[in-house]
Amino acid sequence: MRIAAAALFAMILSAGAPAAGGTSHSYTIEIDKMKFGPTPAVLHRGDTILWLNRDLFRHSATAANRSFDVDLPAGQSARMVVKSTGALAFSCKYHPGMRGVLRVRP
Amino acid sequence: MKAAMGLLGGAALALASTAQAAGPTDPEIAHIAYTAGNIDIAAAKQALAKSHNATVRAFAKEMVRDHQAVNDKALALVKELKVTPKDNATSEALSKQAAATLKRFAKLNAHDFDHAYLKNEVAYHGTVNSALKTTLIPSANNAQLKSLLETGLTLFTEHQKHAEHLAAAMK
Repeated sequence: MRIAAAALFAMILSAGAPAAGGTSHSYTIEIDKMKFGPTPAVLHRGDTILWLNRDLFRHSATAANRSFDVDLPAGQSARMVVKSTGALAFSCKYHPGMRGVLRVRP
Repeated sequence: MKAAMGLLGGAALALASTAQAAGPTDPEIAHIAYTAGNIDIAAAKQALAKSHNATVRAFAKEMVRDHQAVNDKALALVKELKVTPKDNATSEALSKQAAATLKRFAKLNAHDFDHAYLKNEVAYHGTVNSALKTTLIPSANNAQLKSLLETGLTLFTEHQKHAEHLAAAMK
């Protein structure tokens, strides 16, 4: 039982990848076929997002309020720490029809 | 603009006549799609040579990058499928009309060119998207080719919207 609990704790750690403070988590948002994949239901300030561009095309993840602007060449990825809170609408600046929203709590 | 519409009317007729005949084969579809991409790359390269407008130049760079990516993927796909793209009347009509447009736009000054280029991009993407929806995608037999054409349609619809937005904002 103790081993099972330890294994479960390790799984949670690897899935959530907590930062130094122990409260931040990492999430991946994939981009393919001209679409952003699902975004996490809830994020917190300090969490990390890995933007993974699996598409043929260069994209960006650009906040409507310009709080972030991540360039994503085809087949590449980039990490971003979430610094703002609220409902952060974003789009690809090259293909503005590609859109999503990050919901970030303090 | 009238000239652009005339050009695209001809292209639309060429694409429609292909549809009326039994429908293009996969080798013909691959050739038409590749040709259509190359035409837009050539138009964008002309824009990069003539325009001084930063917005127009950024759009043209995007067109080169995106259409080249689709065409590279298309080339890799036909190689994998051992399909040889087949020249056809539609591809020839598109190329002939595009050459005439390049020649006509070459005579414009930078300001008039910017307007003409963006309007033509709106109309050209509209024509190609219509052909993809009504003829090329429905006629494609190979699933991978069909999927690439569908991704192309999503991409080119974005290009059309982007060009419409820029054309409307252009003074």
